[in-house]
Amino acid sequence: MALPAARKMSSGMSAGESIYLVEMLKGLALTMTHIIKNIFDQDRFRTVEYPDVRKSMTERYRGAHRLLLRPDGKVKCVACMCCPTICPAKCITIIAGEDPNDAAEKFPVEFDIDMLRCIFCGFCVEACPKDAIRMDTRIYEINAYTRQAMVHNKTYMVNLMDGLKPPAEEFYRANPDNAPAGFAGDEPAVPVGQPFVNLAAGAEASGAGRAR
Amino acid sequence: MTFDDVLPYLVALGRCVFAVVFVMQILPLLIWAERKGAAYIQDRPGPNRAHVMGIRAAGLVHTLNDVVKLIMKEDIVPGHVEKRYWAAAPVIAMSVALCTFIVVPFGDNFMGYQLKVSDIDGGLLFVLAATGMGVYGVMLAGWASNNKFSLLGGLRASAQMVSYELSMGLSAVVVFLIAGSVSLSAIAEMQAGAIWNWTVFTPMGFIAFVLFWTAAFAETNRTPFDLPEGEAELVGGYHTEYSSLRFALFFMAEYANMIVASSVTATLFFGGYNLPFVTPAQLREHADWVLMAAALAAPTFVYFAYEANKRKQRPFYQALPAGDARLKEPMVFVGLWLGAAVAHVGIGIAGALGLASKLSLNFISFGYLESTAVFGPDLVTAIVGITVLAAKILFGCWFFIWVRWTVPRFRYDQLMDLGWKRMLPLALGNVMFAAIWVAFFPTGLISTLFGSK
Ligand code: SF4
Ligand code: SF4
Repeated sequence: MALPAARKMSSGMSAGESIYLVEMLKGLALTMTHIIKNIFDQDRFRTVEYPDVRKSMTERYRGAHRLLLRPDGKVKCVACMCCPTICPAKCITIIAGEDPNDAAEKFPVEFDIDMLRCIFCGFCVEACPKDAIRMDTRIYEINAYTRQAMVHNKTYMVNLMDGLKPPAEEFYRANPDNAPAGFAGDEPAVPVGQPFVNLAAGAEASGAGRAR
Repeated sequence: MTFDDVLPYLVALGRCVFAVVFVMQILPLLIWAERKGAAYIQDRPGPNRAHVMGIRAAGLVHTLNDVVKLIMKEDIVPGHVEKRYWAAAPVIAMSVALCTFIVVPFGDNFMGYQLKVSDIDGGLLFVLAATGMGVYGVMLAGWASNNKFSLLGGLRASAQMVSYELSMGLSAVVVFLIAGSVSLSAIAEMQAGAIWNWTVFTPMGFIAFVLFWTAAFAETNRTPFDLPEGEAELVGGYHTEYSSLRFALFFMAEYANMIVASSVTATLFFGGYNLPFVTPAQLREHADWVLMAAALAAPTFVYFAYEANKRKQRPFYQALPAGDARLKEPMVFVGLWLGAAVAHVGIGIAGALGLASKLSLNFISFGYLESTAVFGPDLVTAIVGITVLAAKILFGCWFFIWVRWTVPRFRYDQLMDLGWKRMLPLALGNVMFAAIWVAFFPTGLISTLFGSK
């Protein structure tokens, strides 16, 4: 029986390519163009030299959560429990309290988010009927030395934007068409950093927010 | 015992120290070039964070950090290795790499002393023998590690070196045929003068060069032939079990091998220490002109200073907080480059004053020393020779790095196919071609046809 004709092992290379040399020179030319361009224009690099230069995140970037205040300085949150309910990571813990002097009557005595469990899905922001919680801080360096400190509490989240510009608010004010339904452009800006009114005694002491 | 009795030993010691220091000084530069070159090819800035008082020197400081890191690391001796051979392997790898360097001439004779460590008659044969020894380091490491991946790495290394040594040797034979000598000094001398005296500019010399250079990649275990340490399939290959300074020795041996391969290639094919169109004799005669020519480099340094000054405008420096030590870095470099420019102008002025042709021990000691032998021209020739050879070596090493970051690794069968089925027949044919060529044009094509030398 005749043996089947030996099949040539094809490496998929043409005759020219199988000599390697020409293709090699082409490759070398390509890499050298990169080197020369990069030597003469160092700003071509996409590398962000991180601790010295920081990347600015987009408007829609979901960073650390912050809690918003009403014009009277109280937290907007009415402790409706929508966000802990929708949170897929089950990382929001709210202890509701009653405030008979306030029209809203209900407020969060404690509002903790365990940032170690948060998956930054943004559902809490979507779910909130009061626009009380937002993730527009663009803060992406969420870190601490202990697990305890990774739980952001109410004080911390209210004061998060101290000294930082709330970028999204400015953006919405400049582009009211893009603003979410609850956003009132003419609403007087809450002076950031103003201590929120602490109605439940001891609520503030329950978890010391990290100093930034 | 007089000074003259001791002198030969001192000279020998000086040559050895020079050869080792020469290699060891280029080494850190190469490691830096490897990182920076890789980074620039891949469009990233590369090492640039380590700094000494704000001076980062484009990442050169990282090499210092490496040394400290490698010395401080724990030297782990795994329990399962053959200790004696395991410990000997990196030493063999490094010392073989260094001792190959001893037959390479650095320049024309300096006051009658040859500028190379040893004048072995074998010359190039010694190089081939010593690089052949180099495989023992790798093989011993692979075998003594008592680990199947390391063993595979060692096996691959030996198979690869055996296959490529043949083509390497046959390409070297072509150079012997052209030069009529195996001494590297004779080969370098033969290539002095016009650029077409360089072996690479003869047809068989060019083919020999391509083969030799390809084989050099295999001999030094560099990409695309770095199968012995193919990390994708062999963990780290033969040096998997090594850490700390033992690993550093292997690492340095690789670079030392690159330097040796480049220096041998430069000497065999690219005229060694010779400048094109200028013979050492002419350099000696016009030593003052050479010094004056050094001043021509000054504008380049001024341009570097200008570029360094422009770097202050980069967003990186703009973003640094006031008082950051790195802010003063561009100005330091402006100062250094301007200093270099001034120094070169100074050398030029010295040349214009004719200092090079007057330099003797008597002259520099204002007449206290008796010796009136003028060593200026020889010194200039030696420095030019060493600089030219160093430039050629650095380009060769850069080529190794450049290729590494351009092409992927060969497959093992491709490697063997290339070595045995293509390079070996080509090298054999090339030797025959060279023999016939040399028989017809004994002093080279151009010289034979046009009678010029
Ligand atoms: S972002 Fe998602 S996971 Fe994080 S707290 Fe909000 S709902 Fe929970
Ligand atoms: S959904 Fe809004 S209002 Fe309701 S508990 Fe969460 S933050 Fe408060």
